[in-house]
Amino acid sequence: MSAIKESLVPPDEGTRLNLYRSLVELRYFEKRVYDLFLKNLVGGTTHLSLGQEAIAAGFGAALREGDYTLATYRGHAHTLARGVPMAPILAELMGRGTGLMSGKGGSMHLTSVEHHVMGSYAIIGAHLPIACGTAWSAQYRGSDQVTVCFFGDGTTNIGAFHEALNFAAVWKLPVVFVCENNLYMEYTPIGDVTAVPRPAADRAGAYGLDPVTVDGNDPDAVYVVAREAVGRARRGEGPSLIEALTYRHGGHSRADPAKYRPEEEVKAWLARDPIPIYRQRLIADGVAASVLDEIDRWALDAVDEATEEAKAAPPPGADLLLKDVWADGSATWRN
Amino acid sequence: MAKLTYRHAVARGIAQEMRRDDSVVFLGEDVAAAGGVFKTTGGLLEEFGGRRVRDTPISEQAILGAAMGAAMTGLRPIAEIMFADFFAVCWDIVANEIAKMRYMTGGQITLPLVIRAANGGGLRFGAQHSQAIENWAMAIPGLKVVAPSTPRDVVGLLAASIRDPDPVIFLEAKSLYAVSEDVEDGEIVDTLGTARAVRDGGDATIVALGPMVPKACAAADELAEEGIRCEVLDLRSLVPLDTRSVLESVARTGRLFTVEENPRLCGWGAEVSSIVSEEIFGDLTGPIVRITTPHIPLPSAHALEELALPSAARIAETVRKALAS
Ligand SMILES: Cc1ncc(C[n+]2csc(CCOP(=O)(O)OP(=O)(O)O)c2C)c(N)n1
Ligand SMILES: [Mg+2]
Repeated sequence: MSAIKESLVPPDEGTRLNLYRSLVELRYFEKRVYDLFLKNLVGGTTHLSLGQEAIAAGFGAALREGDYTLATYRGHAHTLARGVPMAPILAELMGRGTGLMSGKGGSMHLTSVEHHVMGSYAIIGAHLPIACGTAWSAQYRGSDQVTVCFFGDGTTNIGAFHEALNFAAVWKLPVVFVCENNLYMEYTPIGDVTAVPRPAADRAGAYGLDPVTVDGNDPDAVYVVAREAVGRARRGEGPSLIEALTYRHGGHSRADPAKYRPEEEVKAWLARDPIPIYRQRLIADGVAASVLDEIDRWALDAVDEATEEAKAAPPPGADLLLKDVWADGSATWRN
Repeated sequence: MAKLTYRHAVARGIAQEMRRDDSVVFLGEDVAAAGGVFKTTGGLLEEFGGRRVRDTPISEQAILGAAMGAAMTGLRPIAEIMFADFFAVCWDIVANEIAKMRYMTGGQITLPLVIRAANGGGLRFGAQHSQAIENWAMAIPGLKVVAPSTPRDVVGLLAASIRDPDPVIFLEAKSLYAVSEDVEDGEIVDTLGTARAVRDGGDATIVALGPMVPKACAAADELAEEGIRCEVLDLRSLVPLDTRSVLESVARTGRLFTVEENPRLCGWGAEVSSIVSEEIFGDLTGPIVRITTPHIPLPSAHALEELALPSAARIAETVRKALAS
């Protein structure tokens, strides 16, 4: 792991409890999505962040209200970590009218402008250039809003990644690019299709950026790296590219049993599950287990409540079909 | 009142809007210091400075992505894609992202942005720098498509596009950049979705767009000398589409001819034809005829390109024959 200047300052206990809460919230939520899928209550596809929660949680904790985030189709965790309530997200996944986007976007496109969650994007790489735009806008308006853009290891091999990195560096934009390297693009190991061992960090130098890698399963480490990069961006010192090493516990999407991964590899990474490890660390550092149990219970209750709320919601009304193509609310293209 | 070229009308329209609205910003390749490869944007950097008028790397996805991100967070960007053909390297951002974002998010996001591009043939640039891509853009729900045919319309429609709250693909006819006309001083703001009759006549309706408008007019003038009077409608925008003006005109003349620069298949004329035949079939006195570029990549040699693009002579001959039979 590369050296980070602020890495010696660990998060305080309040922040760590927040990180823990965020972790278990994301974990229970994603597990519930999986269950609902098996019960046929969630249609289409879903891409879960099970195993990768520490990255969304660590960045979520390092951001301020008003900062922008952009995520991928694997974006439930990143959306929750910005404070978007669970019920409208679940309702969106279940195709209900109370969904975050009224049921018109689905699992892959979670967006909540109110929370500055500026979209989840399902075309590989597309949102990196768009993140340049939200960062440019903040820079132009003289606000100190920072943009954080999450994507996967596979995304480092598409042109938009390289266009965006160069563009952000040349314009010195307040944006942090976060590559969640879970070792696989879809089903193909990233190492088989990438010219360098570290898909993001080894490319950073091409854009005048420092190569930064972090243990993406360690919420403290992610938080510290995030705080540093976000701080740099906020101070006008330009973009960062961070490669967070992690592993997804399940398949790429709900259709994928992930049989292509060696058993030993899966076992080794399951042993590095961020949540039990973090729990043990907090207890070792003096946090009472009962406090953590309380957080666990709260998270599970919150997921249960959101599930009931989403299940009870009606499907979107037919009037929504022809609504909101244009800013005037209509879909009219002729007189 | 002063002479204004189609080329200089671009900078005038942008400047007019940048003066009144600080959220209007402009980016593209070679647009600032160099004033654009077609010399359409000279003077903007000098007047508005490098913060608002920005040169970019050769990164069409980054240009349009940046425009999109900026538009969804409070700016009104104008992005230039040098040749409309280059939309093919950033079509994801246009078709998948910009066009769909508002709908997919249940109306949370508004994208007031304009993408300008030099469109169409006539300058012998060959198949990758001459395409008329209005039919690509028109096929995607969520994009407005505007194509001015005169210098005055460049100013007025560009202003309307910049003020419009939705994404607009603004297609400048590169074959018309050198054309000039007298244009009044002061602010000009037009309305999208309004066709204009540029020739009057009761025998046939010729609907045209962009650089096909002057050709349709020349054809109408030629036919008028033979006693055939054609109404020429300049559509000016494909989305929104002023079907009312088209239907009203065709109901009066009984005949419809469309003149399209795009290759034949799925050109806008097909949509206009289908609307007319669905809605006022009984008013037609003869078949609808589409005049288009053949369904081929555009050749480079002058002699071949001239044959490919609809010409005034081809339009006149087509109308003449159709009305005679
Ligand atoms: C342009 C494009 N190509 C291919 C796909 C299909 N696809 C969806 S996810 C994915 C893998 C992406 O891998 P990575 O960036 O590592 O993200 P991860 O899914 O591992 O989080 C692919 C190939 C797509 N959505 N967009
Ligand atoms: Mg991956």
